[in-house]
Amino acid sequence: MGMTMTQKILAAAAGLDSVEAGQLIEADLDLVLGNDITSPVAIHEMDKFKEEKVFDKDKIALVMDHFIPNKDIKSAEHCKCVREFACKHEITNYFDVGEMGIEHALLPEKGLTVAGDVIIGADSHTCTYGALGAFSTGVGSTDMAAGMATGKAWFKVPSAIRFNLTGKPSKWVSGKDVILHIIGMIGVDGALYKSMEFVGDGVANLSMDDRFTIANMAIEAGGKNGIFPVDDKTVAYMKEHSRRSFKVYEADPDAVYDEEYTIDLSALKPTVAFPHLPENTHTIDEIGEDIVIDQAVIGSCTNGRIDDLRTAAEILKGRKVKKGVRCIVIPATQAVYLQAMEEGLLKIFIEAGAVVSTPTCGPCLGGYMGILADKERCISTTNRNFVGRMGHVGSEVYLASPAVAAASAVTGKISSPAELGL
Amino acid sequence: MKANGTVFKYGDNVDTDVIIPARYLNSSDPAELAAHCMEDIDKDFIHNVKKGDIIVADKNFGCGSSREHAPIAIKAAGVSCVIAETFARIFYRNAINIGLPIIECPEASGGIENGDQVEVNFDSGMIYNRTKGTQFKGQAFPEFMQKIIAAEGLINYINQK
Repeated sequence: MGMTMTQKILAAAAGLDSVEAGQLIEADLDLVLGNDITSPVAIHEMDKFKEEKVFDKDKIALVMDHFIPNKDIKSAEHCKCVREFACKHEITNYFDVGEMGIEHALLPEKGLTVAGDVIIGADSHTCTYGALGAFSTGVGSTDMAAGMATGKAWFKVPSAIRFNLTGKPSKWVSGKDVILHIIGMIGVDGALYKSMEFVGDGVANLSMDDRFTIANMAIEAGGKNGIFPVDDKTVAYMKEHSRRSFKVYEADPDAVYDEEYTIDLSALKPTVAFPHLPENTHTIDEIGEDIVIDQAVIGSCTNGRIDDLRTAAEILKGRKVKKGVRCIVIPATQAVYLQAMEEGLLKIFIEAGAVVSTPTCGPCLGGYMGILADKERCISTTNRNFVGRMGHVGSEVYLASPAVAAASAVTGKISSPAELGL
Repeated sequence: MKANGTVFKYGDNVDTDVIIPARYLNSSDPAELAAHCMEDIDKDFIHNVKKGDIIVADKNFGCGSSREHAPIAIKAAGVSCVIAETFARIFYRNAINIGLPIIECPEASGGIENGDQVEVNFDSGMIYNRTKGTQFKGQAFPEFMQKIIAAEGLINYINQK
Protein backbone atom coordinates (compact mmCIF):
# COMPACT_ATOMS: atom_id res chain seq x y z
CA MET A 1 0.00 0.00 0.00
CA GLY A 2 1.36 3.45 -0.88
CA MET A 3 2.28 6.03 1.72
CA THR A 4 1.25 9.66 2.07
CA MET A 5 3.93 12.38 2.14
CA THR A 6 3.69 12.54 5.94
CA GLN A 7 3.95 8.77 6.31
CA LYS A 8 7.09 8.71 4.14
CA ILE A 9 8.83 11.31 6.29
CA LEU A 10 7.85 9.48 9.49
CA ALA A 11 8.99 6.10 8.12
CA ALA A 12 12.41 7.53 7.28
CA ALA A 13 12.74 9.17 10.71
CA ALA A 14 11.80 5.90 12.40
CA GLY A 15 14.30 3.92 10.30
CA LEU A 16 11.54 1.85 8.70
CA ASP A 17 10.89 0.96 5.05
CA SER A 18 7.21 1.65 5.42
CA VAL A 19 4.58 2.59 7.98
CA GLU A 20 0.80 2.55 7.96
CA ALA A 21 -1.88 4.63 9.60
CA GLY A 22 -2.40 3.77 13.26
CA GLN A 23 1.09 2.31 13.76
CA LEU A 24 3.00 3.52 16.83
CA ILE A 25 6.55 4.56 16.01
CA GLU A 26 9.51 6.26 17.62
CA ALA A 27 11.08 8.86 15.35
CA ASP A 28 14.35 10.83 15.43
CA LEU A 29 13.80 14.57 15.76
CA ASP A 30 15.52 17.29 13.74
CA LEU A 31 14.31 20.11 15.99
CA VAL A 32 12.61 20.52 19.37
CA LEU A 33 10.95 23.89 20.01
CA GLY A 34 9.60 25.68 23.06
CA ASN A 35 8.49 29.19 24.00
CA ASP A 36 8.40 31.28 27.17
CA ILE A 37 5.10 29.74 28.35
CA THR A 38 5.73 26.07 27.62
CA SER A 39 9.51 25.80 28.14
CA PRO A 40 9.51 26.50 31.92
CA VAL A 41 7.16 23.54 32.43
CA ALA A 42 9.42 21.38 30.24
CA ILE A 43 12.56 22.52 32.07
CA HIS A 44 10.90 21.58 35.36
CA GLU A 45 10.11 18.13 33.91
CA MET A 46 13.78 17.75 32.88
CA ASP A 47 14.62 17.69 36.61
CA LYS A 48 13.02 14.24 36.80
CA PHE A 49 15.58 12.71 34.46
CA LYS A 50 18.34 10.74 36.15
CA GLU A 51 20.84 12.85 34.26
CA GLU A 52 19.86 16.32 33.01
CA LYS A 53 21.41 16.76 29.59
CA VAL A 54 20.17 17.73 26.15
CA PHE A 55 20.54 15.43 23.13
CA ASP A 56 21.94 18.11 20.80
CA LYS A 57 22.39 21.77 21.70
CA ASP A 58 22.05 22.73 18.02
CA LYS A 59 18.69 21.00 17.56
CA ILE A 60 16.74 22.80 20.25
CA ALA A 61 15.10 26.19 19.68
CA LEU A 62 13.91 28.30 22.61
CA VAL A 63 12.01 31.38 21.53
CA MET A 64 10.81 34.00 23.98
CA ASP A 65 7.78 35.37 22.16
CA HIS A 66 4.49 35.14 24.05
CA PHE A 67 4.81 37.59 26.93
CA ILE A 68 7.96 39.50 26.04
CA PRO A 69 9.36 42.05 26.51
CA ASN A 70 8.18 40.75 29.88
CA LYS A 71 4.67 41.93 30.63
CA ASP A 72 4.87 41.34 34.39
CA ILE A 73 7.03 39.86 37.13
CA LYS A 74 5.81 36.30 36.72
CA SER A 75 6.52 36.38 32.98
CA ALA A 76 9.96 37.77 33.72
CA GLU A 77 10.61 34.84 36.09
CA HIS A 78 9.59 32.39 33.33
CA CYS A 79 11.94 33.99 30.81
CA LYS A 80 14.72 34.02 33.38
CA CYS A 81 14.24 30.30 33.96
CA VAL A 82 14.54 29.59 30.22
CA ARG A 83 17.46 31.99 29.78
CA GLU A 84 19.42 30.23 32.54
CA PHE A 85 18.63 26.82 31.07
CA ALA A 86 19.77 27.98 27.61
CA CYS A 87 22.97 29.34 29.06
CA LYS A 88 23.69 26.24 31.15
CA HIS A 89 23.20 23.88 28.19
CA GLU A 90 24.74 26.25 25.63
CA ILE A 91 21.61 26.13 23.47
CA THR A 92 22.62 27.57 20.09
CA ASN A 93 19.17 28.69 19.00
CA TYR A 94 17.97 30.69 21.97
CA PHE A 95 16.16 33.84 20.87
CA ASP A 96 15.48 36.63 23.35
CA VAL A 97 14.52 40.31 23.09
CA GLY A 98 16.35 41.91 20.19
CA GLU A 99 16.77 38.70 18.22
CA MET A 100 13.44 37.04 18.72
CA GLY A 101 10.38 36.88 16.56
CA ILE A 102 7.16 34.92 16.77
CA GLU A 103 8.51 31.38 16.75
CA HIS A 104 6.72 30.03 13.65
CA ALA A 105 7.74 33.01 11.55
CA LEU A 106 11.25 33.10 13.02
CA LEU A 107 12.44 29.51 12.61
CA PRO A 108 11.90 29.21 8.83
CA GLU A 109 13.40 32.68 8.39
CA LYS A 110 16.50 31.59 10.35
CA GLY A 111 16.76 28.48 8.17
CA LEU A 112 16.21 26.09 11.08
CA THR A 113 13.35 24.20 9.42
CA VAL A 114 13.66 22.56 5.99
CA ALA A 115 11.88 19.96 3.87
CA GLY A 116 12.00 16.40 5.20
CA ASP A 117 12.54 17.44 8.83
CA VAL A 118 10.66 15.93 11.76
CA ILE A 119 9.93 18.73 14.23
CA ILE A 120 8.04 18.88 17.50
CA GLY A 121 7.25 22.07 19.33
CA ALA A 122 5.51 22.84 22.59
CA ASP A 123 3.18 25.19 20.78
CA SER A 124 0.15 24.04 18.82
CA HIS A 125 1.01 26.10 15.74
CA THR A 126 4.25 24.16 15.22
CA CYS A 127 2.40 22.63 12.25
CA THR A 128 3.42 25.78 10.30
CA TYR A 129 6.64 24.22 8.92
CA GLY A 130 4.60 21.80 6.79
CA ALA A 131 4.62 24.68 4.31
CA LEU A 132 8.25 23.73 3.61
CA GLY A 133 7.52 20.01 3.20
CA ALA A 134 8.51 19.08 6.76
CA PHE A 135 6.56 16.98 9.25
CA SER A 136 5.96 19.24 12.21
CA THR A 137 3.44 19.03 15.00
CA GLY A 138 2.53 20.59 18.30
CA VAL A 139 3.05 18.74 21.57
CA GLY A 140 3.02 19.60 25.27
CA SER A 141 5.82 20.46 27.64
CA THR A 142 6.47 16.88 28.79
CA ASP A 143 6.95 15.73 25.19
CA MET A 144 9.22 18.71 24.69
CA ALA A 145 11.29 17.70 27.74
CA ALA A 146 11.55 14.11 26.52
CA GLY A 147 12.50 15.38 23.05
CA MET A 148 15.19 17.67 24.45
CA ALA A 149 16.67 14.81 26.48
CA THR A 150 16.43 11.94 24.00
CA GLY A 151 16.06 13.48 20.51
CA LYS A 152 13.13 11.18 19.94
CA ALA A 153 9.34 11.25 20.15
CA TRP A 154 6.58 8.68 19.81
CA PHE A 155 3.89 9.15 17.19
CA LYS A 156 0.80 7.36 16.05
CA VAL A 157 1.15 7.40 12.26
CA PRO A 158 -1.73 9.54 10.96
CA SER A 159 -4.06 8.87 8.07
CA ALA A 160 -4.63 11.82 5.77
CA ILE A 161 -7.11 14.07 4.02
CA ARG A 162 -6.05 15.34 0.61
CA PHE A 163 -6.96 18.85 -0.48
CA ASN A 164 -6.56 19.29 -4.21
CA LEU A 165 -6.12 23.02 -4.83
CA THR A 166 -6.78 24.30 -8.35
CA GLY A 167 -6.82 27.70 -10.01
CA LYS A 168 -5.52 31.08 -8.92
CA PRO A 169 -6.93 33.17 -6.07
CA SER A 170 -8.25 36.62 -6.95
CA LYS A 171 -6.58 39.87 -5.84
CA TRP A 172 -7.80 40.13 -2.22
CA VAL A 173 -7.97 36.39 -1.50
CA SER A 174 -5.00 35.01 0.45
CA GLY A 175 -3.85 31.88 2.23
CA LYS A 176 -5.94 32.94 5.23
CA ASP A 177 -9.13 32.79 3.18
CA VAL A 178 -8.14 29.37 1.82
CA ILE A 179 -7.66 27.85 5.28
CA LEU A 180 -10.71 29.56 6.80
CA HIS A 181 -12.77 28.20 3.88
CA ILE A 182 -11.42 24.70 4.55
CA ILE A 183 -12.05 24.87 8.31
CA GLY A 184 -15.57 26.16 7.63
CA MET A 185 -16.09 23.19 5.34
CA ILE A 186 -14.75 20.35 7.53
CA GLY A 187 -15.15 21.82 11.04
CA VAL A 188 -12.79 22.33 13.98
CA ASP A 189 -12.44 18.57 14.43
CA GLY A 190 -12.73 17.69 10.74
CA ALA A 191 -9.11 16.54 10.54
CA LEU A 192 -8.80 15.22 14.11
CA TYR A 193 -5.60 13.11 14.48
CA LYS A 194 -5.02 13.36 10.68
CA SER A 195 -2.61 14.94 8.21
CA MET A 196 -3.91 17.62 5.90
CA GLU A 197 -2.01 17.26 2.63
CA PHE A 198 -2.37 20.20 0.24
CA VAL A 199 -1.63 19.34 -3.40
CA GLY A 200 -2.63 20.33 -6.93
CA ASP A 201 -1.72 22.88 -9.57
CA GLY A 202 -3.16 25.70 -7.45
CA VAL A 203 -0.29 25.36 -4.96
CA ALA A 204 2.04 27.08 -7.46
CA ASN A 205 -0.23 30.15 -7.23
CA LEU A 206 0.28 30.46 -3.48
CA SER A 207 3.26 32.38 -2.09
CA MET A 208 5.37 30.82 0.65
CA ASP A 209 3.75 33.23 3.11
CA ASP A 210 0.31 31.99 1.99
CA ARG A 211 1.44 28.40 2.53
CA PHE A 212 2.80 29.17 6.01
CA THR A 213 -0.60 30.66 6.90
CA ILE A 214 -2.47 27.60 5.61
CA ALA A 215 -0.23 25.02 7.31
CA ASN A 216 -0.27 27.13 10.50
CA MET A 217 -4.01 26.71 10.94
CA ALA A 218 -4.17 22.94 10.27
CA ILE A 219 -4.47 22.60 14.05
CA GLU A 220 -7.69 24.66 13.96
CA ALA A 221 -9.27 21.77 12.05
CA GLY A 222 -7.85 19.35 14.63
CA GLY A 223 -5.11 18.23 12.23
CA LYS A 224 -1.91 16.59 13.41
CA ASN A 225 -0.01 18.37 10.65
CA GLY A 226 -0.55 20.25 7.42
CA ILE A 227 1.90 19.71 4.60
CA PHE A 228 2.70 21.01 1.11
CA PRO A 229 4.76 19.39 -1.65
CA VAL A 230 8.17 20.93 -2.34
CA ASP A 231 8.29 23.03 -5.52
CA ASP A 232 10.50 25.75 -7.03
CA LYS A 233 9.20 28.36 -4.57
CA THR A 234 9.97 26.12 -1.60
CA VAL A 235 13.48 25.41 -2.82
CA ALA A 236 14.13 29.10 -3.51
CA TYR A 237 12.91 29.99 0.01
CA MET A 238 15.11 27.35 1.66
CA LYS A 239 18.18 28.35 -0.36
CA GLU A 240 17.66 31.97 0.60
CA HIS A 241 17.26 31.25 4.31
CA SER A 242 19.08 28.02 5.14
CA ARG A 243 22.41 26.35 4.69
CA ARG A 244 21.02 23.01 5.81
CA SER A 245 20.52 20.19 3.32
CA PHE A 246 16.92 19.20 2.76
CA LYS A 247 15.16 16.07 1.58
CA VAL A 248 12.15 16.05 -0.71
CA TYR A 249 9.46 13.43 -0.12
CA GLU A 250 6.45 12.87 -2.35
CA ALA A 251 3.29 10.91 -1.67
CA ASP A 252 3.09 7.58 -3.49
CA PRO A 253 0.66 7.59 -6.44
CA ASP A 254 -1.32 4.82 -4.72
CA ALA A 255 -1.35 6.48 -1.27
CA VAL A 256 -4.68 6.07 0.49
CA TYR A 257 -6.61 9.07 1.83
CA ASP A 258 -9.58 9.06 4.20
CA GLU A 259 -11.19 11.88 2.27
CA GLU A 260 -10.42 14.07 -0.72
CA TYR A 261 -11.61 17.58 -1.50
CA THR A 262 -11.08 19.76 -4.54
CA ILE A 263 -11.00 23.51 -3.97
CA ASP A 264 -11.05 26.01 -6.82
CA LEU A 265 -8.99 28.90 -5.47
CA SER A 266 -10.37 31.26 -8.11
CA ALA A 267 -13.88 30.79 -6.67
CA LEU A 268 -12.93 31.75 -3.08
CA LYS A 269 -13.91 35.07 -1.54
CA PRO A 270 -12.54 36.93 1.47
CA THR A 271 -13.73 34.87 4.43
CA VAL A 272 -14.39 35.76 8.08
CA ALA A 273 -14.74 33.35 11.03
CA PHE A 274 -17.31 34.61 13.52
CA PRO A 275 -17.09 34.00 17.28
CA HIS A 276 -16.43 31.65 18.95
CA LEU A 277 -15.02 28.96 16.66
CA PRO A 278 -12.80 29.15 13.55
CA GLU A 279 -15.38 26.99 11.73
CA ASN A 280 -18.08 29.69 11.92
CA THR A 281 -17.12 31.09 8.54
CA HIS A 282 -18.98 33.49 6.26
CA THR A 283 -17.75 34.98 3.01
CA ILE A 284 -17.58 38.74 3.21
CA ASP A 285 -20.47 39.22 0.76
CA GLU A 286 -22.74 37.06 2.93
CA ILE A 287 -22.49 39.44 5.86
CA GLY A 288 -25.64 41.51 5.58
CA GLU A 289 -25.48 43.55 8.78
CA ASP A 290 -22.88 46.10 9.89
CA ILE A 291 -20.50 44.49 12.38
CA VAL A 292 -18.91 47.46 14.11
CA ILE A 293 -15.42 46.88 15.51
CA ASP A 294 -13.38 48.41 18.33
CA GLN A 295 -10.00 46.98 17.36
CA ALA A 296 -8.11 45.48 14.42
CA VAL A 297 -5.03 43.31 14.97
CA ILE A 298 -2.69 42.59 12.07
CA GLY A 299 0.07 40.16 13.01
CA SER A 300 0.71 36.76 14.72
CA CYS A 301 2.33 33.49 13.63
CA THR A 302 -0.53 33.19 11.16
CA ASN A 303 -0.32 36.58 9.43
CA GLY A 304 2.62 38.68 10.62
CA ARG A 305 4.94 38.10 7.63
CA ILE A 306 6.08 40.64 5.06
CA ASP A 307 3.42 39.73 2.45
CA ASP A 308 0.78 40.30 5.12
CA LEU A 309 2.14 43.72 6.05
CA ARG A 310 2.47 44.73 2.37
CA THR A 311 -1.18 43.85 1.81
CA ALA A 312 -2.29 45.80 4.88
CA ALA A 313 -0.17 48.79 3.83
CA GLU A 314 -1.58 48.73 0.31
CA ILE A 315 -5.01 49.26 1.83
CA LEU A 316 -4.04 51.71 4.59
CA LYS A 317 -1.87 53.92 2.33
CA GLY A 318 -3.35 57.40 2.20
CA ARG A 319 -6.30 56.35 4.38
CA LYS A 320 -7.08 56.76 8.07
CA VAL A 321 -8.05 54.25 10.71
CA LYS A 322 -11.64 55.08 11.70
CA LYS A 323 -11.85 57.31 14.78
CA GLY A 324 -12.51 55.11 17.81
CA VAL A 325 -10.88 52.00 16.32
CA ARG A 326 -7.50 50.81 17.63
CA CYS A 327 -5.42 49.28 14.84
CA ILE A 328 -2.43 47.29 16.09
CA VAL A 329 0.20 46.07 13.62
CA ILE A 330 2.71 43.50 14.85
CA PRO A 331 5.55 42.47 12.52
CA ALA A 332 6.28 38.83 13.35
CA THR A 333 10.06 39.08 13.47
CA GLN A 334 12.82 41.65 13.71
CA ALA A 335 13.71 40.97 10.05
CA VAL A 336 10.09 41.53 8.98
CA TYR A 337 10.05 44.72 11.08
CA LEU A 338 13.23 45.98 9.43
CA GLN A 339 12.05 45.12 5.94
CA ALA A 340 8.71 46.82 6.59
CA MET A 341 10.64 49.88 7.70
CA GLU A 342 12.88 49.89 4.62
CA GLU A 343 9.89 49.50 2.32
CA GLY A 344 8.13 52.43 4.00
CA LEU A 345 5.29 50.29 5.35
CA LEU A 346 5.70 51.44 8.94
CA LYS A 347 5.33 55.06 7.84
CA ILE A 348 2.09 54.15 6.08
CA PHE A 349 0.78 52.41 9.22
CA ILE A 350 1.69 55.26 11.54
CA GLU A 351 0.33 57.94 9.21
CA ALA A 352 -2.91 55.97 8.99
CA GLY A 353 -3.21 56.06 12.77
CA ALA A 354 -2.19 52.48 13.52
CA VAL A 355 0.38 51.52 16.16
CA VAL A 356 3.32 49.24 15.39
CA SER A 357 4.52 46.88 18.11
CA THR A 358 7.68 44.89 18.67
CA PRO A 359 7.23 41.21 17.65
CA THR A 360 5.07 39.36 20.19
CA CYS A 361 2.20 36.89 20.36
CA GLY A 362 0.66 39.41 22.79
CA PRO A 363 -3.00 40.02 21.96
CA CYS A 364 -3.60 36.80 20.00
CA LEU A 365 -3.93 34.80 23.21
CA GLY A 366 -5.11 37.64 25.41
CA GLY A 367 -1.65 38.10 26.89
CA TYR A 368 -1.11 41.84 26.58
CA MET A 369 -0.75 44.61 23.96
CA GLY A 370 -4.38 44.81 22.90
CA ILE A 371 -6.69 43.17 25.45
CA LEU A 372 -10.43 43.57 24.90
CA ALA A 373 -12.99 44.84 27.43
CA ASP A 374 -16.47 43.39 27.92
CA LYS A 375 -18.60 43.55 24.74
CA GLU A 376 -15.69 44.83 22.64
CA ARG A 377 -15.18 43.40 19.20
CA CYS A 378 -11.95 42.82 17.27
CA ILE A 379 -11.22 41.84 13.68
CA SER A 380 -7.98 39.91 13.82
CA THR A 381 -5.58 38.13 11.50
CA THR A 382 -4.78 35.67 14.31
CA ASN A 383 -5.90 32.04 14.48
CA ARG A 384 -8.40 31.56 17.31
CA ASN A 385 -11.65 33.24 18.29
CA PHE A 386 -12.56 31.15 21.34
CA VAL A 387 -14.50 32.60 24.28
CA GLY A 388 -12.24 35.07 26.11
CA ARG A 389 -9.32 34.45 23.75
CA MET A 390 -8.31 38.11 23.47
CA GLY A 391 -9.53 39.33 26.84
CA HIS A 392 -12.90 39.60 28.59
CA VAL A 393 -15.20 36.58 28.24
CA GLY A 394 -17.80 38.97 26.89
CA SER A 395 -15.55 40.18 24.04
CA GLU A 396 -15.61 38.89 20.48
CA VAL A 397 -12.90 38.03 17.94
CA TYR A 398 -13.55 37.76 14.21
CA LEU A 399 -10.80 36.05 12.21
CA ALA A 400 -9.88 37.33 8.76
CA SER A 401 -7.05 38.10 6.35
CA PRO A 402 -4.78 41.16 6.59
CA ALA A 403 -6.69 42.69 3.67
CA VAL A 404 -10.05 42.43 5.44
CA ALA A 405 -8.61 43.51 8.80
CA ALA A 406 -7.02 46.62 7.23
CA ALA A 407 -10.15 47.54 5.28
CA SER A 408 -12.25 47.07 8.41
CA ALA A 409 -9.90 49.31 10.40
CA VAL A 410 -10.64 52.09 7.90
CA THR A 411 -14.43 51.68 7.78
CA GLY A 412 -14.87 50.75 11.45
CA LYS A 413 -16.95 47.71 10.53
CA ILE A 414 -16.11 44.37 8.97
CA SER A 415 -15.45 45.23 5.34
CA SER A 416 -13.81 43.96 2.20
CA PRO A 417 -11.21 46.06 0.34
CA ALA A 418 -13.83 46.34 -2.41
CA GLU A 419 -15.83 48.63 -0.13
CA LEU A 420 -12.94 51.10 -0.34
CA GLY A 421 -13.05 50.95 -4.12
CA LEU A 422 -9.98 48.71 -4.24
CA MET B 1 -7.31 1.64 39.50
CA LYS B 2 -10.70 3.29 39.89
CA ALA B 3 -12.30 6.72 39.86
CA ASN B 4 -15.54 7.56 41.60
CA GLY B 5 -17.19 10.96 41.73
CA THR B 6 -19.77 13.51 40.71
CA VAL B 7 -19.90 14.52 37.09
CA PHE B 8 -19.36 18.01 35.67
CA LYS B 9 -20.81 17.83 32.16
CA TYR B 10 -19.74 20.04 29.23
CA GLY B 11 -20.49 20.17 25.50
CA ASP B 12 -18.48 20.13 22.26
CA ASN B 13 -15.10 21.82 21.63
CA VAL B 14 -14.14 22.75 25.19
CA ASP B 15 -10.89 24.53 24.31
CA THR B 16 -7.76 24.94 26.39
CA ASP B 17 -8.34 28.71 26.56
CA VAL B 18 -11.44 28.14 28.67
CA ILE B 19 -9.88 25.26 30.62
CA ILE B 20 -7.13 27.67 31.69
CA PRO B 21 -7.19 31.19 30.19
CA ALA B 22 -3.86 32.52 28.89
CA ARG B 23 -4.02 35.46 31.29
CA TYR B 24 -3.02 32.97 34.00
CA LEU B 25 -0.21 31.34 32.01
CA ASN B 26 2.36 33.61 33.59
CA SER B 27 2.30 30.93 36.28
CA SER B 28 3.07 27.23 35.98
CA ASP B 29 2.19 26.40 39.59
CA PRO B 30 -0.46 23.61 39.54
CA ALA B 31 -2.43 24.96 42.53
CA GLU B 32 -2.53 28.48 41.08
CA LEU B 33 -3.64 27.14 37.69
CA ALA B 34 -6.30 24.96 39.33
CA ALA B 35 -7.79 28.01 41.05
CA HIS B 36 -8.82 29.33 37.59
CA CYS B 37 -9.70 26.01 35.95
CA MET B 38 -12.79 26.27 33.66
CA GLU B 39 -13.62 29.76 34.93
CA ASP B 40 -14.46 31.21 31.52
CA ILE B 41 -17.23 28.65 30.89
CA ASP B 42 -18.16 27.64 34.44
CA LYS B 43 -17.36 30.11 37.22
CA ASP B 44 -18.70 27.72 39.85
CA PHE B 45 -16.61 24.72 38.84
CA ILE B 46 -13.65 25.39 41.09
CA HIS B 47 -15.93 26.14 44.07
CA ASN B 48 -17.97 22.95 43.64
CA VAL B 49 -15.43 20.38 42.47
CA LYS B 50 -14.37 17.80 45.04
CA LYS B 51 -11.39 15.47 44.95
CA GLY B 52 -12.21 12.51 42.73
CA ASP B 53 -14.90 14.20 40.64
CA ILE B 54 -15.17 13.49 36.93
CA ILE B 55 -15.48 15.70 33.84
CA VAL B 56 -17.61 14.37 31.00
CA ALA B 57 -17.76 16.19 27.65
CA ASP B 58 -18.84 15.75 24.07
CA LYS B 59 -16.63 16.12 20.97
CA ASN B 60 -13.08 17.49 20.65
CA PHE B 61 -12.33 18.17 24.34
CA GLY B 62 -9.13 20.16 24.85
CA CYS B 63 -8.89 21.67 21.37
CA GLY B 64 -6.69 24.67 20.69
CA SER B 65 -3.41 25.53 22.35
CA SER B 66 -0.82 22.92 23.33
CA ARG B 67 -0.60 24.29 26.88
CA GLU B 68 0.06 21.39 29.25
CA HIS B 69 -1.21 23.80 31.88
CA ALA B 70 -4.73 22.63 30.85
CA PRO B 71 -4.52 18.98 31.98
CA ILE B 72 -2.29 20.12 34.88
CA ALA B 73 -5.04 22.52 36.07
CA ILE B 74 -7.73 19.83 35.75
CA LYS B 75 -5.63 17.29 37.64
CA ALA B 76 -4.67 19.77 40.35
CA ALA B 77 -8.34 20.74 40.76
CA GLY B 78 -8.87 17.18 41.99
CA VAL B 79 -10.50 15.69 38.90
CA SER B 80 -9.84 11.96 38.71
CA CYS B 81 -10.83 11.30 35.11
CA VAL B 82 -12.05 13.01 31.93
CA ILE B 83 -14.46 11.14 29.67
CA ALA B 84 -15.28 12.55 26.23
CA GLU B 85 -16.68 11.53 22.89
CA THR B 86 -13.35 12.57 21.36
CA PHE B 87 -10.27 14.48 22.52
CA ALA B 88 -8.10 16.93 20.59
CA ARG B 89 -4.81 15.15 19.95
CA ILE B 90 -2.36 17.39 21.81
CA PHE B 91 -4.56 17.36 24.93
CA TYR B 92 -4.77 13.57 24.65
CA ARG B 93 -0.96 13.24 24.57
CA ASN B 94 -0.49 15.76 27.36
CA ALA B 95 -2.99 14.05 29.66
CA ILE B 96 -1.25 10.69 29.26
CA ASN B 97 2.18 12.27 29.65
CA ILE B 98 1.28 13.86 32.99
CA GLY B 99 -0.79 10.93 34.25
CA LEU B 100 -4.33 12.36 34.04
CA PRO B 101 -6.61 9.42 33.12
CA ILE B 102 -8.82 10.11 30.09
CA ILE B 103 -11.22 7.85 28.24
CA GLU B 104 -12.84 8.20 24.84
CA CYS B 105 -16.39 6.83 24.94
CA PRO B 106 -19.15 8.38 22.77
CA GLU B 107 -21.88 6.29 24.46
CA ALA B 108 -20.88 7.40 27.95
CA SER B 109 -20.72 11.02 26.93
CA GLY B 110 -24.29 10.71 25.60
CA GLY B 111 -25.59 8.76 28.60
CA ILE B 112 -24.22 10.84 31.48
CA GLU B 113 -25.67 14.11 32.79
CA ASN B 114 -24.35 16.86 35.01
CA GLY B 115 -24.42 15.75 38.65
CA ASP B 116 -24.57 12.00 37.97
CA GLN B 117 -22.49 9.72 40.19
CA VAL B 118 -20.06 7.82 37.99
CA GLU B 119 -17.49 5.11 38.63
CA VAL B 120 -14.69 4.24 36.21
CA ASN B 121 -12.57 1.11 36.24
CA PHE B 122 -9.40 1.92 34.32
CA ASP B 123 -8.26 -1.70 34.10
CA SER B 124 -11.41 -2.92 32.40
CA GLY B 125 -12.33 0.38 30.72
CA MET B 126 -15.85 0.07 32.20
CA ILE B 127 -17.80 3.22 33.07
CA TYR B 128 -20.76 2.85 35.49
CA ASN B 129 -23.42 5.53 35.83
CA ARG B 130 -24.56 4.80 39.42
CA THR B 131 -27.31 7.45 39.25
CA LYS B 132 -28.97 5.96 36.19
CA GLY B 133 -27.91 2.33 36.65
CA THR B 134 -26.31 2.15 33.21
CA GLN B 135 -22.85 1.09 32.06
CA PHE B 136 -20.57 1.75 29.10
CA LYS B 137 -17.37 0.24 27.73
CA GLY B 138 -14.66 2.84 27.13
CA GLN B 139 -11.84 2.51 24.64
CA ALA B 140 -8.82 0.77 26.19
CA PHE B 141 -5.38 2.37 25.82
CA PRO B 142 -2.79 0.73 23.56
CA GLU B 143 -0.22 -1.24 25.60
CA PHE B 144 2.43 1.40 24.98
CA MET B 145 0.30 4.12 26.57
CA GLN B 146 -0.67 1.85 29.47
CA LYS B 147 3.04 1.57 30.26
CA ILE B 148 3.38 5.38 30.34
CA ILE B 149 0.36 5.66 32.64
CA ALA B 150 1.63 2.83 34.87
CA ALA B 151 4.96 4.65 35.18
CA GLU B 152 3.01 7.80 36.17
CA GLY B 153 4.15 9.80 33.21
CA LEU B 154 6.43 9.86 30.18
CA ILE B 155 9.63 10.96 31.94
CA ASN B 156 9.45 8.13 34.49
CA TYR B 157 8.75 5.71 31.64
CA ILE B 158 11.86 6.90 29.78
CA ASN B 159 13.90 6.65 32.99
CA GLN B 160 12.75 3.04 33.41
CA LYS B 161 13.72 2.04 29.85
